[in-house]
Amino acid sequence: MSALLEIVDVTKRFRGLTAVDNVSLSVESGEIYAVIGPNGAGKTTLFNLVAGAFAPDDGEIRFEGARIDRKAPEQICAAGIARTFQIVKPFPDLSVSDNVAIGAMLRAPDMARARAQGEDILRKLDLYNKRGQKAGSLTLPDRKRLEVARALATKPKLILLDEVMAGLRPTETDRMVAVLREINRADNLTIVMIEHVMRAVMALAGRVHVLHHGASIAEGKPDEVTRDPKVIESYLGMKAAH
Amino acid sequence: MSLSLYAEVLIQGVLTGLVYGLMALGLSVIFGVVRVVNFAHGEFAVLAMYCAFVLFGLAGVDPIAASLPLAAVFFAVGYLMQRAIVQPFVTRPQHEQFILLVGVSLVITNGLLLAFGPESKHVDLSYSFDSYTLGGVLIDKTRVYGATAALVATAAVFAFFRYTMTGTAIRAAADNLTGAAVVGLDVKRLYAISFGLGLACVGAAGAIMMALTDMTPLLAPSLTLLAFTIVIVGGLGSMTGALAGGLLIGATEALASVIVSPAIKSMVSFGLLVLVLALRPQGLFGKAEA
Amino acid sequence: MFAFLTRRGAIALALLAAALLAAPFLVDRYILSIILLALLGAYLGQAWNILMGFCGLLSLGHAAYLGVGAYASAVLFVNYGIGPWAGVFVAIAAAIALAAAIGWLGFRFRIEGVYFALLTIAFAEIVRIGFDNWPFVGGAAGFFLPVSSATQHQWWNLRGGEVFFYYVALAMAAAALAAAAALRASKLGYALLAIREDPQAARALGVDVTRARFKALFISAALTSVGGVFTAFWTNNLFPAQVLEMSRSIDIILAPIVGGVGTLFGPIVGSFLLVPLGEALTDGLTALGVNAPGAKALVYGLLLMAIIAGTPSGLWPWLSRKLGLQERAE
Repeated sequence: MSALLEIVDVTKRFRGLTAVDNVSLSVESGEIYAVIGPNGAGKTTLFNLVAGAFAPDDGEIRFEGARIDRKAPEQICAAGIARTFQIVKPFPDLSVSDNVAIGAMLRAPDMARARAQGEDILRKLDLYNKRGQKAGSLTLPDRKRLEVARALATKPKLILLDEVMAGLRPTETDRMVAVLREINRADNLTIVMIEHVMRAVMALAGRVHVLHHGASIAEGKPDEVTRDPKVIESYLGMKAAH
Repeated sequence: MSLSLYAEVLIQGVLTGLVYGLMALGLSVIFGVVRVVNFAHGEFAVLAMYCAFVLFGLAGVDPIAASLPLAAVFFAVGYLMQRAIVQPFVTRPQHEQFILLVGVSLVITNGLLLAFGPESKHVDLSYSFDSYTLGGVLIDKTRVYGATAALVATAAVFAFFRYTMTGTAIRAAADNLTGAAVVGLDVKRLYAISFGLGLACVGAAGAIMMALTDMTPLLAPSLTLLAFTIVIVGGLGSMTGALAGGLLIGATEALASVIVSPAIKSMVSFGLLVLVLALRPQGLFGKAEA
Repeated sequence: MFAFLTRRGAIALALLAAALLAAPFLVDRYILSIILLALLGAYLGQAWNILMGFCGLLSLGHAAYLGVGAYASAVLFVNYGIGPWAGVFVAIAAAIALAAAIGWLGFRFRIEGVYFALLTIAFAEIVRIGFDNWPFVGGAAGFFLPVSSATQHQWWNLRGGEVFFYYVALAMAAAALAAAAALRASKLGYALLAIREDPQAARALGVDVTRARFKALFISAALTSVGGVFTAFWTNNLFPAQVLEMSRSIDIILAPIVGGVGTLFGPIVGSFLLVPLGEALTDGLTALGVNAPGAKALVYGLLLMAIIAGTPSGLWPWLSRKLGLQERAE
């Protein structure tokens, strides 16, 4: 069986700076896959390439065997890849439930159904009690949850999570880990996550891919990768202590 | 039509364009720094024209000479207006800024209507009908004087931004607002100075225009649109763009009015505007946004 | 459709509807003409609000759609004997064609914010100058619809007296409100709100931003052009300097901004404040012996500045909160 998401020799340059340098990886259906690396390693750029925000300069990206590297973000979302933004992008003037309903309407026949689906997701992410609030008034942890809820509402086959644990307290991180694990198990949702919080990476990821200066330097099981000297060096020993 | 006529029209257009450019420079400075589109720009130009008209009537001051004191007065008006009225709107949505400045424009235009009536006004200068001859081409003396004054004023504004501390600080604030606030620049003051400078440009340009054309308060909206066209063609927020846009629009309108018809001339510049928006939305001299 | 209204809000809406329906029997012709103007303003404001309030696109050139609609239907009626009930479709088609040109330029090249606003001004001015210099439609001298007693009661040709036009305007304002409410509750409506709030996030959630913007622009232009048809047959004369002027575009957008951009009742509240305010100013100043041209507009300008400085998000959000007219913020 072929992989759900395949990234083959992808390169992206911005004015001479190579943000993503000949990266290849493949993610199997049902997997939880983490992309880690120091700041500026090109992780978010890689996500933007997969999500269609930019087109790669070289290489191919395939989803369920079909090329997606020239498609628009909305087409990629429709194909079944949802994403969150590292700097959260709620619709601030709309209510929490409206935010999620907008995600759900992609596959719901009408708004009533979209709302109902959205409310189920809000319950899962502990946002149901805040559904009437404006998204702009939420705290940062709640906005992170909303970002995930909205992406989940599009009923993706694969979700790209960009640092959704950042800024959460340890108990909140554990709660988010439990939610993601549950969604992964129950709905067979494939998860690709960029994450600095190693506690979450170790708890969730089956495989970890390490980027440094835009290039792949390691891939493997979390405990193997974190022992890899190249990886430790790339973090200058700082994050390896986690 | 002879070639020398075209040359004449083109030169007149370029000279007028320098004055337009000065007016548009004011709009561009205000937008470039404060990020507010001054929808009352043409109204301020007309206000300056009436000030020049009154100065001429009362004391016989040549409008072109009046451009200097009027620039100073308009600077003060702009400084105060930014502090008192516009500043609270800086962070508000564009449409609300728009309504505020529509309010300002209504007050100016109708204040002038009340004071002077709708009839068109003009000043007769001793040299109004004099002209230079250059290789068989006639050039109005007033236009040469006006364009020279506009050029000097434009150069002064450029020099201010390039060589003074305050000018550098304003450019820094325009580039990176948070950074400017972090290093302790008084952003509100810089905004007020910028709005003041913007109105100083329009004050000087208006005074000069009084020497060149007839004026009625009802002309104000078309001057506002003219300034918009120039800055969009040149690049909104770009100072060089405002100058180049002024020259281009001045020349285009002058040529269009002889080749096509005077009634259609502003349609040609709007056409140019649409073309620029389509091909190079940031304008000829604007920086592309990342 | 109006489920967000509280019981009190629903009662207020019902009372307003009843009062407006009964108005021709209760008030004199002068007051009725003011209400008619307010209704037309509410209708046009609603149309503009769909683009700005729902989708975040600031159009400062809506007079173009109004004028194109007015001229299309008037020319068809006078020159070809085609009545407005057919002409309205031509008016809509013409407005949509114009909108398509603006949208194509604006959306294809991602012209947003103030640039889009200036693009709409440029187009509107091109249209105005074009009509000003087009002999076929009378140019600057205007285009006139014949008024004769023979056709005076051909209501099917949109001919009739003041009361007839009043009810047409009332029906249009009500229909626009219902259409905006239905749109607001639809998938497209939510897509537009998402685009207004954050186009990039909207795309990531599967919203086709360009397509949705085109739809909003077409709906807004089409509704505005129908307002133009009404204007043509109600006033019986069209001048580019009136129906196509920049100041007309400003008139259209004042009511929804003052009332509350993006709200359903904002355009109505704004129009019913500003139109009578303008009339009261004229009357008040005349009573004070001030007759000079410009005095009214000067005071109006000052009031406008005061209103926009005083109620940032518009009157309706503030009013509905004070009076408890709706459950949750629109």
